[in-house]
Amino acid sequence: MKLADADALARAIPDGASVGLPPDYSLVAMAVVRALVRRGAKDLKLVGVPVLGLCADILIGAGCVREVETSAVTLGEAGLAPRFTAAAETGTLKVVDATCPMIHTGLQATEKGVPFMPLRGVLGSDLVKDHPDWKTIDNPYAAGDPILLAKAIAPDVALFHARWADEAGNVWVGRRRELATIAHASKACYVSYEELKPGDMLEDELLAPGCIGAVYVTAVAPAPRGAWPLGVPGVYDIDDAHVLQYAKLAKTAEGFRRYLDEFVRKAVSA
Amino acid sequence: MSYAKEELLAVAIARLIGDARHVAVGAASPIPATGAFLLKEKNPALRISLLQKRTGNPFTEGSRELFDLAGQGRIDVFFLGGAQIDGEANINLVEAEGKRFPGSFGSAFMYFAAGKTILFREEHSPRVLVRKVDYVSAPGWSPPAVQRRGGPAALLTGKALFRWQEGQRRFRLESVHPGSNADDVRANTAFDYDAPAAVPVTAAPTGDEMALMRGPVARVIAENYPEFARRVWGALAELRPA
Repeated sequence: MKLADADALARAIPDGASVGLPPDYSLVAMAVVRALVRRGAKDLKLVGVPVLGLCADILIGAGCVREVETSAVTLGEAGLAPRFTAAAETGTLKVVDATCPMIHTGLQATEKGVPFMPLRGVLGSDLVKDHPDWKTIDNPYAAGDPILLAKAIAPDVALFHARWADEAGNVWVGRRRELATIAHASKACYVSYEELKPGDMLEDELLAPGCIGAVYVTAVAPAPRGAWPLGVPGVYDIDDAHVLQYAKLAKTAEGFRRYLDEFVRKAVSA
Repeated sequence: MSYAKEELLAVAIARLIGDARHVAVGAASPIPATGAFLLKEKNPALRISLLQKRTGNPFTEGSRELFDLAGQGRIDVFFLGGAQIDGEANINLVEAEGKRFPGSFGSAFMYFAAGKTILFREEHSPRVLVRKVDYVSAPGWSPPAVQRRGGPAALLTGKALFRWQEGQRRFRLESVHPGSNADDVRANTAFDYDAPAAVPVTAAPTGDEMALMRGPVARVIAENYPEFARRVWGALAELRPA
């Protein structure tokens, strides 16, 4: 299904949904994130695959988020994610801490339609005792070998940005294959895109390996420069200066509000 | 020859990496990256995967590929830090004293799966080097029943280098960097550790190492960590490779 714009995609994502999101270095649907803030989205649960960044900090600061499950929230070179940090420290946000490969493994279990999948390591970390969905079992093939299980993770919604969508409903994300994992494991998948390609990318041997097939994609909408201030590799880089400006402003609730007024409420893009 | 603190630390890292075949370096780790690329000048076969590389990233299967590689034993050396690190080499990246940190990232897996882990944290204070971490993101050691390929090899800080003693589950002070001394290290470390009667001084970079760092290494680091390169090498780092 093709929707008109980022705001239409944001309206399709219901309040209370769990939303699988990629890290800042992948392809983030920032235009849709801003639209979620404008529509006053509520009670979202964000799942970081495997970590979260700017998009989560904005949604948390704007009061759209009830809970996050993630391996980290970071603005990378720009430092701590200030609204996440404030919300976690004051206890207004529920944080379920994970570690990157346990998130991937939980999503891979859903990809395969199995209830759980094992992963080595992690045992002895406080993450294990604090996480509601992780269990340690004895390896059934070798006695006395404890191993950790990740319960299958199935977000209600996958949300990300693509370099291209085509007329057949496929989207192209290149090497950012964690987006395919999120799409495969989620009940619905919403994708904003830079440009529309005529025809069917799966007919092109060079483009097909970077595609996520239409079977997984619920709806797409055009959003040129829709990842800004984050980047689309080969098209535009992360706007480091803007992210740094955000990190400074968002240190205070008042500064964050000014950021929203200037860059989110007014439906601007760069 | 005079050298920057960062150069001393990078040389120490290069020596700790030793004869590894594949080193992975995480985000915001310019000093470990400098050490790895210095070593690569002497051992061109060394594979270095810079995880945060924006273009030409080594992975094509998404962000899970690093962990799959490590799970198979294809990563020999990894680096971890911590908001807190304790005397049993446990690290905390989550929370301490009411402060929230970004989170554990892949540490709880990589600390087990990488062949060896070099703990690196420039700040050397009782606030960071604590007796016991408030939260264990990743444990420094595991009971015998738990399968674990690797673990800590050493802890490098802005003041000193500690070796991990696996049998004793304790650090041993190996050397102290110029500008500090054994008493200063003891006073700024809240955990207990072993130390020789006379603590050696961390070896300074050789002339060869300095020439490499300020030449080809500075250029490759400038591509990936421009702010760091400008700070440490100034105009030298403006020389982009042809």
